Amino acid sequence: MREFGYQRASDVAGAVALLGADPDARFLAGGTNLVDLMKTGVERPARLVDVRELPLDRVESTPDGGLRIGATVTNSDLAAHPEVRRRYPALAQAVLAGASGQLRNMATLGGNLLQRTRCGYFTDVTGPCNKRRPGSGCPALQGEHHNHAVLGASDHCVAVHPSDMGVALTAFDAVVSYETTDGPGQVPLTEFYLPVGDTPHRETALPAGALITGVTLPPAPVATRSRYRKVRERASYAFAIGSLAAALDVRDGVVHEARLALGAVASRPWRARAAERVLTGSPADAGTFAAAADAELAAARPLPHNGYKVTLMRNLVVAVLTELAEEAAR
Amino acid sequence: MAPAPSPTHSAVTLNVNGEKYTLTVDHRTTLLDALRERLDLTGTKKGCDQGQCGACTVLLDGRRAVSCLHLAVAAEGREITTIEGVADGERLHPVQQAFLDFDGYQCGYCTPGQICSAIAVIEEHAAGWPSAVTDDVGPEAGPAPLTADEIRERMSGNLCRCGAYVSIVQAVARAAAVQAETGEAAEAVA
Repeated sequence: MREFGYQRASDVAGAVALLGADPDARFLAGGTNLVDLMKTGVERPARLVDVRELPLDRVESTPDGGLRIGATVTNSDLAAHPEVRRRYPALAQAVLAGASGQLRNMATLGGNLLQRTRCGYFTDVTGPCNKRRPGSGCPALQGEHHNHAVLGASDHCVAVHPSDMGVALTAFDAVVSYETTDGPGQVPLTEFYLPVGDTPHRETALPAGALITGVTLPPAPVATRSRYRKVRERASYAFAIGSLAAALDVRDGVVHEARLALGAVASRPWRARAAERVLTGSPADAGTFAAAADAELAAARPLPHNGYKVTLMRNLVVAVLTELAEEAAR
Repeated sequence: MAPAPSPTHSAVTLNVNGEKYTLTVDHRTTLLDALRERLDLTGTKKGCDQGQCGACTVLLDGRRAVSCLHLAVAAEGREITTIEGVADGERLHPVQQAFLDFDGYQCGYCTPGQICSAIAVIEEHAAGWPSAVTDDVGPEAGPAPLTADEIRERMSGNLCRCGAYVSIVQAVARAAAVQAETGEAAEAVA
């Protein structure tokens, strides 16, 4: 590991000033991803600015009935918060589905959004990877890609974003707040992750040196009946091979409102707006749910070894929506 | 924090099991390596060193964490509890006693991490934290019973290559029951 400097920030302005525009400096929060990547040499920062003790560790109700979640709120505190569990149960479920109890105690909201892909070629510094070394190539296209993207990928990168939390936040229209030396800014989570294209090394819309300060969830009554379902290769403590955050408001047998986001299928949490359009105003039945899944997955471009994900996601959408509709009918 | 003796090293004071240790660390030093190599607290074990196995689990401010992904320099100001600090003098912690009573180990390498993790699991559950296998995460639902499924899910961050899981689940269940009777887990996570 490269030697590095370490400074602890006590306020947001100080943290942003300490980092400056130094491309060799990184913010450190829980460290569960960054420290791991430093050990393997994927990340080689010259300086760390520790932001874990910044006063951004609160979950607060907004006047309009939404929530504001600070960037250093740990995954554990987020999932245990009564208002998260009451108003956005799929968010609590998504967080609880990720990592282990130890890691959830360390990991933070800001770090979760900025975690890197677990693609094995990205983490193997001895080989090529367009995300890690632009222009060096993508071995996953012809290699091991059974858990890679089927939506929104390119010939330059087929890695998936590993977050569970981000999938639920995407379904609920989260807006990311950040601070820079030039002042604060905001970006909707659906626009936070950049399209892959031919620049997979450019991952987010955050300005250089920006610090995520939190996420705002607008009020979403539909979210009170929501669910996160994660499919993985073992029962616990594994990344998803496919996941779904879904919320459904059914009135008189007809879908009044629906929210859907898919996980582990793209370089970002995938908001399924095509599916939502099919659902809204249609009968809440299996035919509609299948048509919604098909509408979203029509754009899927599977690789030779991950075509199963298209079937998996179709079944997942139908199963979870059916459960939510049955709950609503009770 | 004391002024850094160099750009890549810092003097830190670590509060471990109620004792303060002041040392100069290379910033690259993990809390795990500081505990084992610098403070001779070798009860905490290094398994994968990648945050995947849980052998290095310690309690930071009462909450379980993997010490292999935590930088020592970032642990200044935290209350660190290792396996050496969980007993009350000669009296074993109820979780330690339960692991003995139920043979919750074979080779014992993962055991310190298992025990530190289980101590926190019981407190998290007593504090009403739901898990990924909790049917209803709503706050009105109340704490789910600490079933074997709940224990397996909550302990899934601690791997045991000997496969002592069956006994570990029994030990955690017994320790939780003992602590519930004696009110020892009432001191919920902060």
